[in-house]
Amino acid sequence: MFDFREKPGQLIDAHGQDTERKGFFTDTSICIGCKACEVACKEWNEVPMDGNLELLESSYDNTGDLGANTWRHVAFIEQDEQQIEKARDSGQKLVSLGMPSIGAPEARQKESAKHIGMPEFGSPGTRIKEKVDNPPNPDTPEFRWLMSSDVCKHCTFAGCLDVCPTGALYRTEYGTVVVQDDICNGCGTCVAGCPFGVIERRDTGTIHTKPDRVDSRYAMDVKNEGTANKCTLCYDRLVDDQQPACAQTCPTTSIKFGNQSEMVESAVERVTTMHAQGSTEARLYGANPNDGVGGIGSVFLLLDEPEVYGLPPDPQVPTKDLPHMYKKVGIAAAGMLAAAATAFVGARKK
Amino acid sequence: MTLSDFDSYRPANEGRRKKKRNRPAGNGRRRGGGGDGAREMSMVDDVEFSDSYYGRPIVKPPPWDDKISAYLFLGGVAGGSAMLAVGAQAAGLEALRRNSRLTALGATIGGTGFLILDLGRPERFLHMMRTFKPSSPMNMGTWILGGFGTAAGVVAAIEVDRLTGENLPLGPLRALLHWIEKPTGALAALFGAPLASYTGALLADTAVPTWNAAKDNLSYLFVSSAAMASSGVAMMTTPASQTRPARALATLGAAADLYFAEKLTEPMHPAEAEPLQTGRAGKKLRWAKGLTIAGGIGAALLGGNRVAAIVSGAALATASLLTRSGVLEAGIESTKDPRHVVEPQKARLEARRAQGIVDDSITTVG
Repeated sequence: MFDFREKPGQLIDAHGQDTERKGFFTDTSICIGCKACEVACKEWNEVPMDGNLELLESSYDNTGDLGANTWRHVAFIEQDEQQIEKARDSGQKLVSLGMPSIGAPEARQKESAKHIGMPEFGSPGTRIKEKVDNPPNPDTPEFRWLMSSDVCKHCTFAGCLDVCPTGALYRTEYGTVVVQDDICNGCGTCVAGCPFGVIERRDTGTIHTKPDRVDSRYAMDVKNEGTANKCTLCYDRLVDDQQPACAQTCPTTSIKFGNQSEMVESAVERVTTMHAQGSTEARLYGANPNDGVGGIGSVFLLLDEPEVYGLPPDPQVPTKDLPHMYKKVGIAAAGMLAAAATAFVGARKK
Repeated sequence: MTLSDFDSYRPANEGRRKKKRNRPAGNGRRRGGGGDGAREMSMVDDVEFSDSYYGRPIVKPPPWDDKISAYLFLGGVAGGSAMLAVGAQAAGLEALRRNSRLTALGATIGGTGFLILDLGRPERFLHMMRTFKPSSPMNMGTWILGGFGTAAGVVAAIEVDRLTGENLPLGPLRALLHWIEKPTGALAALFGAPLASYTGALLADTAVPTWNAAKDNLSYLFVSSAAMASSGVAMMTTPASQTRPARALATLGAAADLYFAEKLTEPMHPAEAEPLQTGRAGKKLRWAKGLTIAGGIGAALLGGNRVAAIVSGAALATASLLTRSGVLEAGIESTKDPRHVVEPQKARLEARRAQGIVDDSITTVG
């Protein structure tokens, strides 16, 4: 059977460099919604402003969604008792499904053996350390606030990359997916190919804060207008052994950056800890190499179902079914030729 | 609930409002009161969060509009016309051959024009041809279009030369062109078939719920639509005495079109099929169905009459354009409400879990 999906492993090797797949682990349980990641990303990557300064009336989220001009997006979700209970149940259900474990079993044992009871009395230093290790839960039983910094998933099987007709989208030596802005011709196929709604064509955007500044002498052209744009995992910083701007600026280490395999490992460790502490609403998103996109480069720890955060619950890379679709294309083409031939049977001019 | 000693000064908790489902984001006012900062206020009216993030889209629609519908339609007309031209040449139907070849080239030029105009950076159109990439239907389509356009261009040039009484400044090239006329016409027909059908994969190979769910039958629907559209155009351009085969193809195409339009939604989840049945797209597709039936019957029974042939042909061509536009619009519509994404995905995840497959979920607990 043909498989048209691009194989990231081979491509990282093809670069002929000694690099590893890089990725994020975004731990939303310690996100405080400060949006420093959004700001750092905009600044570093010179991403234009998105439209006018509008209040979207969705809690403190006035960014809306990821797109050509938003490469990090912090979601804010306010939940009541019922919803908290529901999230806890759905997380518990994942455990009871008996899914095979995909991460380090040592971490699991270590955690379950760890003492997680009342903090012991000791020196102020120990007490502070204890608080840092086991932070008090600020949520109340009736209310909680979910905050999550969303970003391009840098999929193992990247839909956008597969369908790109120009080869502008490619796999870097860090296993990330990046657009070459001088190649992309803005056909928009990648926008439809992404199961997460991340990549977008930059048709709008402004570097001005107010419409009347368009004519000012500080006016500049919008960068890369008409081409597809998305997170590059700060490719230009990686080549200088720096970490992406969002991860470096994150004040709570909610956004962690490193080798993708290590990110998955620490994600598994964290979710195990949380479950051991009774936070059964915690779950990982994208840490499974068997899922529809082959696992993702930017793993998330979520505290509710993915769709609550605007993430698809079962994304599949469309290219997986491309052999089937091409078969249909072939049969359809043959059928049309046959129909045309049939129509001309006995049609010689008298 | 008490967080600190001062919380006892809070006003009594007001009861939560009745839930509103699927409230569109962005309209409605914030709740008044409590703005003195005395306590944490919910900044949003109650919204049902359980299946979406403020009702915002999950996948994004491609930036495609009716220029792409026109391209899909014209590509089909071009491919079908090239086939009619080959048949007409073999059967000695000169007017049909000439008109079909000219239609094929005209539709190719028009379609390619729309395709280029739809790009964000039209001047970079040729970047499509800097690589040969089978994983991208758009890339494959460009190569098919290029091959087709070249072959269709050559045979159309021969027709133009004939029309002008062999007055084009072709010189010694004329003999060569006449020598390759037949194989080039056949080549155009061979490229014409995938030109009409690849667009099914182009739309289906996306995360757009309705298009992706149409993967089983979309190519079949599109070739049927192409067959009836190209025959319809031939019925309009060519005297009835020469269009008997075109009328036969039109009838076949119309029947197949009606069949596959019905089959299209069969394997779909209701939430994926809905955009094809409701709204503007649904209306377009219902009109397309009516026009296909009328045009198909007209082509089968009244095609011998020149006026009836022109009317039937126009009905079939319009039906094809409406089908393409309806399918395109339904897909774009299906990205707007996250329900079309979430419901089918949850259903298929549940179905796999019911079968005992639990190792392929993107959500895990370690």
